[in-house]
Amino acid sequence: MLKLENISKTFNPGTINEKKALNGLSLHLKPGDFVTVIGGNGAGKSTMLNAVAGVWPVDEGRIILDGHDITALPEYKRAHLIGRVFQDPMMGTAPNMQLEENLALAARRGRPRGLKWGVTNSEREEYHERLKILGLGLEDRMTSKVGLLSGGQRQAVTLLMAVLREPKLLLLDEHTAALDPGTAAKVLELSDQIVQEHNLTTLMITHNMKDAIRHGNRLIMMNEGHIILDIEGEEKKKLTKQQLIDMFAQKGGSIDSDETLLTK
Amino acid sequence: MTITSYFASLNVLKLLRNMPGGVSQGIIWGIMALGIYITFRLLDVADLTVDGSFTTGGAVTVMLILAGWPAWAALLVAMLAGILAGFVTGMLHTKLGIPAILAGILTQFSLYSVNLHIMGMAANKAVSVDKYHLLLSSRNIPSAILTGAVIALALVSVFYWYFGTEQGSAIRATGNNPAMSRALGINIDNMKVLGLSLSNGIVALSGGLLVQYQGFADINMGRGAIVIGLAAVIIGEVVGNAILGKRLNFYGTLTFTVIGGIVYYLVIVIVLWLKLNSNDLKLFTAIVVALFLAVPYLRSQQKSSFAKLRKKGG
Ligand SMILES: Nc1ncnc2c1ncn2[C@@H]1O[C@H](COP(=O)(O)OP(=O)(O)O)[C@@H](O)[C@H]1O
Ligand SMILES: [Mg+2]
Repeated sequence: MLKLENISKTFNPGTINEKKALNGLSLHLKPGDFVTVIGGNGAGKSTMLNAVAGVWPVDEGRIILDGHDITALPEYKRAHLIGRVFQDPMMGTAPNMQLEENLALAARRGRPRGLKWGVTNSEREEYHERLKILGLGLEDRMTSKVGLLSGGQRQAVTLLMAVLREPKLLLLDEHTAALDPGTAAKVLELSDQIVQEHNLTTLMITHNMKDAIRHGNRLIMMNEGHIILDIEGEEKKKLTKQQLIDMFAQKGGSIDSDETLLTK
Repeated sequence: MTITSYFASLNVLKLLRNMPGGVSQGIIWGIMALGIYITFRLLDVADLTVDGSFTTGGAVTVMLILAGWPAWAALLVAMLAGILAGFVTGMLHTKLGIPAILAGILTQFSLYSVNLHIMGMAANKAVSVDKYHLLLSSRNIPSAILTGAVIALALVSVFYWYFGTEQGSAIRATGNNPAMSRALGINIDNMKVLGLSLSNGIVALSGGLLVQYQGFADINMGRGAIVIGLAAVIIGEVVGNAILGKRLNFYGTLTFTVIGGIVYYLVIVIVLWLKLNSNDLKLFTAIVVALFLAVPYLRSQQKSSFAKLRKKGG
């Protein structure tokens, strides 16, 4: 489904701030893979997701998604394949637009936008139903400006927006990190539910090792811009936090003293 | 002059006589403010092209009417000229990476020469309502108010429809959250160019209305248009919120933008009636706009600021 072949990315090349954020990274996801991604701060996790999303061009390597070579496509031209939820709850929604308008924008992800109505009545009914399933009471606030919603509500909305038009790949970048623990758990539960329901191929970054172990069928660990550990299936199911920490140390991960770099 | 003789010299009837003229001019500037609303409020850029494109619209309209074109056709071409000006600014900004404000300044600067060329290298051109059939004129103010109001209402309705379409929503999304818009597959560069083009088309249209109303085009007629437009947008928001509060929807916001232009011009009529120096008008306008632009910031400072902490710490 997704193939990353030897991709590299250096930020600020030729300056004292030069940073090789991705270093010959390769990864191959099968359809329906739900991969959790862990690694220390600055390991390149977000950079990998940004490379796939096309926030900027990579320096080397190829990115193939659903059979299309998307390496040279700008972000907006890949968007029809990819659903995304950002770490910052403010980033995924348009605050001055109504909730239903935000959903309608997402429902047209990657489609030509002409002079038809921005939101139709039949859509409104559909959104009402889908918001109800979130269980946050948002179905009664469809004409509210999204900026009036809480961070957790906005993140749940962004998640719904990411899958409203079924993506080939779902990218979740620490999307619960900015939420309080209770809300974070709820949004994570919701993510799991949605991924299972649609059998979505998913990359989910988390800084919480327990979450990384509990969710998904596969786990990868990153360090210094490439993947140093890739566990799936039965092996992943039996994984413990301590094993992960040991493996991380073994692989030469720059873990300081304990797990503080991986969890919060 | 003593205070009593000053007040004695003010003639209320004269003020009332001048009010309708203020309304008709205000509507024309209110239409321009609709154009500025697109860039300032929807796209979230301050586009300085308008000072030039307003004059371009006026110049094109006058020259075509002088060449025997019907006024409505002249206005349409004026609008196209404005769209082209906005397109140039959009390209400078998105394709050449020039910051939006600078891109607008560059286009505006170049339009001075372009406008002179359009007017045959004359700094002003008259178009007399006696010789040509114009859509509106200061000679017949009630009719000018009616014509202006009909055009303004039609534009408000078209705006209301357009910005509710998929494309219009994409423009609004681009101004509101560009990162999200890109992730949703919106080509935000195209949306910016589109928005800037439409905005300057409307601005040029209003320039074409003003030259008919006043009977001439002048190379400097657009100077400060951006500030007057911002003033109209802001006054419209304040008045609209005061009157309708939470019930102020998009249609209302647009309507009140036009009303903001009218209020602005009525204030000017009053200022002139009070015999204040009309040379100070620009200073006065700038202070009012600066104050209103500062309100959201000052409000947030009230909630949380270092100055407040210092006071508390005493
Ligand atoms: N847009 C950017 N410009 C410059 N440096 C960047 C940029 N994005 C990431 N980096 C750098 O690349 C490295 C990897 O960052 P990132 O992928 O965000 O790490 P993480 O694994 O914590 O998500 C860091 O050193 C970061 O500072
Ligand atoms: Mg990160």
